[in-house]
Amino acid sequence: MKIEVNGVQRDLGDLDPMTPLLWVLRDELQLTGTKYGCGMGQCGACTVHIGGAAMRSCQLPVMAVPGPVTTIEGLSADGSHPVQRAWQDLCVPQCGYCQAGQIMAASALLANEPKPDDAAIETAMAGNLCRCGTYPRIRQAILRAAGGDK
Amino acid sequence: MSAADVPGIDRRSLLRAFGTGAALLVGARFGVAGARPSLAAEAALDETLQPSLWLAIAPDGAVRIWAHRSEMGTGIRTSLPMVVADELGCDWERVKIEQAFGNAAYGDQNTDGSWSVRGFYETMRKAGAGARWLLEQAAAKQWGVDAKECIAREHAVHGPGGKKLGFGELVATARGLSLPSDEQLRFRKPEELRFVGKETVRFYDATDITTGRATFGADVRPDGMVFAAIWRVPVLGGKIESFDAAAARKVSGVLDVVELPAFEGAPAFQALGGIAVIARNTWAAFRGRDALAVKWDGGAAASFSTDAFYADLRQKTTVAGKLVRAVGDAGKALGAAKKRHEATYTVPFLAHAQMEPMVAVAEVTDTACRVWTPTQNPQGVQQMVAGAIGRKPEQVEVHVTLLGGGFGRKSKPDYCVEAALLAKQLGKPVRVQWSREDDTRFDYYHSAAAVRIEAGLDADGKPTAWLGRTVFPPIGTTFDPRDEAAMPSAGELGLGFTELPYPIADLRLETGPARAPTRIGWMRSVHHVHHAFAECSFVDELAAMAGKDPVEFLQALIGAPRHVDMAGTDFPNQGAPLADYPVDTGRLLGVLREVTTKGDWNGRRKLPRGRGLGLAAHRSFLGYVAVIVEVDVGRDGTVRIPRVDVAIDAGTLVNPDRVRAQLEGAATFGTAIAMLGEITFANGAVVQSNYHDYPVPRLPEAPREVRTYLLASSAPPAGVGETGTPPIAPAICNAIFAAVGKRVRDLPVRKHDLSWS
Repeated sequence: MKIEVNGVQRDLGDLDPMTPLLWVLRDELQLTGTKYGCGMGQCGACTVHIGGAAMRSCQLPVMAVPGPVTTIEGLSADGSHPVQRAWQDLCVPQCGYCQAGQIMAASALLANEPKPDDAAIETAMAGNLCRCGTYPRIRQAILRAAGGDK
Repeated sequence: MSAADVPGIDRRSLLRAFGTGAALLVGARFGVAGARPSLAAEAALDETLQPSLWLAIAPDGAVRIWAHRSEMGTGIRTSLPMVVADELGCDWERVKIEQAFGNAAYGDQNTDGSWSVRGFYETMRKAGAGARWLLEQAAAKQWGVDAKECIAREHAVHGPGGKKLGFGELVATARGLSLPSDEQLRFRKPEELRFVGKETVRFYDATDITTGRATFGADVRPDGMVFAAIWRVPVLGGKIESFDAAAARKVSGVLDVVELPAFEGAPAFQALGGIAVIARNTWAAFRGRDALAVKWDGGAAASFSTDAFYADLRQKTTVAGKLVRAVGDAGKALGAAKKRHEATYTVPFLAHAQMEPMVAVAEVTDTACRVWTPTQNPQGVQQMVAGAIGRKPEQVEVHVTLLGGGFGRKSKPDYCVEAALLAKQLGKPVRVQWSREDDTRFDYYHSAAAVRIEAGLDADGKPTAWLGRTVFPPIGTTFDPRDEAAMPSAGELGLGFTELPYPIADLRLETGPARAPTRIGWMRSVHHVHHAFAECSFVDELAAMAGKDPVEFLQALIGAPRHVDMAGTDFPNQGAPLADYPVDTGRLLGVLREVTTKGDWNGRRKLPRGRGLGLAAHRSFLGYVAVIVEVDVGRDGTVRIPRVDVAIDAGTLVNPDRVRAQLEGAATFGTAIAMLGEITFANGAVVQSNYHDYPVPRLPEAPREVRTYLLASSAPPAGVGETGTPPIAPAICNAIFAAVGKRVRDLPVRKHDLSWS
């Protein structure tokens, strides 16, 4: 079985094809930036891009992955994606555990909707929990990355 | 990622941390005199200047600073090293932060109680100032000038006539010098500081976190590591009768099934015990665990239900309890009062629900024991693991990763003990990964509480008599099976109950015993949560009854600024002397004034039906916070929070950006408590399991905007991390009352119908 992650074809050998993508990324490919939070698509810590769309990886069997996968490690080579920059500039993270998922969700939103309004932000980000409560800065950072922040 | 990739855990750090013990302890905690260790081992390793346990300066000028407190989102891993770097005069870009191991030489490392800055601000200043003194002396010696003419700034020492030597160029000379006495030590003047109190330094881990490179607990993978998931008895104290692991062993990737013994006596920090499924990867371990067939008996706790328990807590607040504090004669005054008001407030059990479920990696060999884990309490891990596997605490290396949230849960090392027991038994490194369901069901829960307040009122509606009773199962019950542990300790009552700040002529505060068959622990803000909820709600009720503006009513109730007289009352005050940290109502009035002015209380009062402002002010962790919450209650009863204004006086602030971040986060944490959180038990077991039935606020449900106001102060540092949470829940409920006229006394709000037409 093969899978494309961050532009590289990866051979998974005889791995159980029902293994969720999250555990393939973390345990097999050692791409640990994508996090386990709930295992049932509730928290968004495991968000990656598949074919450019934000998707939860914790319940998606690797055999059913519908396209090339991008993880936080592949979003930019050096942390310079506009969303990462905005996150750094506004010091969004607190503990940081959910932030890869937040950044992947936000970057997918902006790719589809470069100037999102409040409703679009709420819809796109409602699936990503942050127990530290960084939400106000997440809103600001999305606007900043969209160029709408002063 | 291998263990060797984890920041700050190379072998030399270990030698440093362990090889420089007692002598450094003196320097670290009580000043720098005599603190220069005989670093023979260190000197043999390299040419680094290491004047104390806290920092090292290399000949190339690189400065390493050890962070001994755990990073769980407060920014402390940045903030304390900032203090060292500022005193020393560093270029922040040339500072590398190393995470310290668990080691008693650092003093207290249990990152809780909002104590890190308060406890170690002076220590960090001394560490930085002592090192700076060495470099300035070294420059003076090299130049043959008076040290008074040598000033360290921007990573170099500057001398007369434009002389300048970089820190690294001074290391060799400085290594031959002795640290200054306390009398010789000079701290920088406030105007010289470039980092402390400023917003010039970025959160150290921000880049690693935003690129996915940061190392959390489950990101550590020593060579040869196996993965474990553990089945645990759902009822505390229950026993496994028998189990069949045949199906589990058939799961692809499962390697072994191992039974862990049940704990005995009080649960404390012990591993709960259970059945561990060992596998090649996490997914196989989870699936194997699900395939176990277990017969178990819940034992004595199997009849426990929260419906009955909450009714019992409430009932206990109606009968006389143990005296906590008394002024005058509240009983007589209440009997004589023409007008009275009483109300009972309840808060359910709550789970920490931090985003990173519990996880620990352990490796045990004949000669070594290593644990890599997100812990708030590395020395607690050393002690518990050592006891469980028969080693000495100092033989257990604890490598602290970043914590994916802690909130108090990760002070309890039960999960680390599980990993160490398995690693010892299997003879290879093991990662124990808790599922979200494990995390929700086997927490150390925030104590459920009932608080009843009865007041006698004067003609203005102001309370002149006050009888308060608080009943909750104390944290002590987790550690002590004896009956007396069911009575809350002075320390627990001193979390927002004993120190009621209002000058009530006739005051009586009481408590009563309670015990629940579960593990009770501390969660962010601890008992301040229920005490602030009750007190700040009750005062708002009194203001409404009197037809007064809540701000004016509260200001009148607090009265003239004063230090509350706690004489004759057992009030530990977070372990701080009352002389240094009094219960100062002037500072409470100060934050109230700040938030109502900056938050435009008067200008925003006239809101349409469905929208309202709520106020609350509370002292906790020696700091003072006042908040205004604005709610927008839809006709269907849906509550949105468009804006929170919060003012804090926490004395000297080291890292204002992280203080603001903590207040922003506390607004959402308080929203979770107010609106959503509730753990229930049925047949002795926790009913909830994951974020679908133990919800925490999502972005649209959290406060949309949080405006923070930091009061300038040169008072000693107080707590910040927990101080913002307690007033949020009462302010939300007070705002809901202002918006729709419905008073919520039993949390969470989501169980109440707030619809209106």
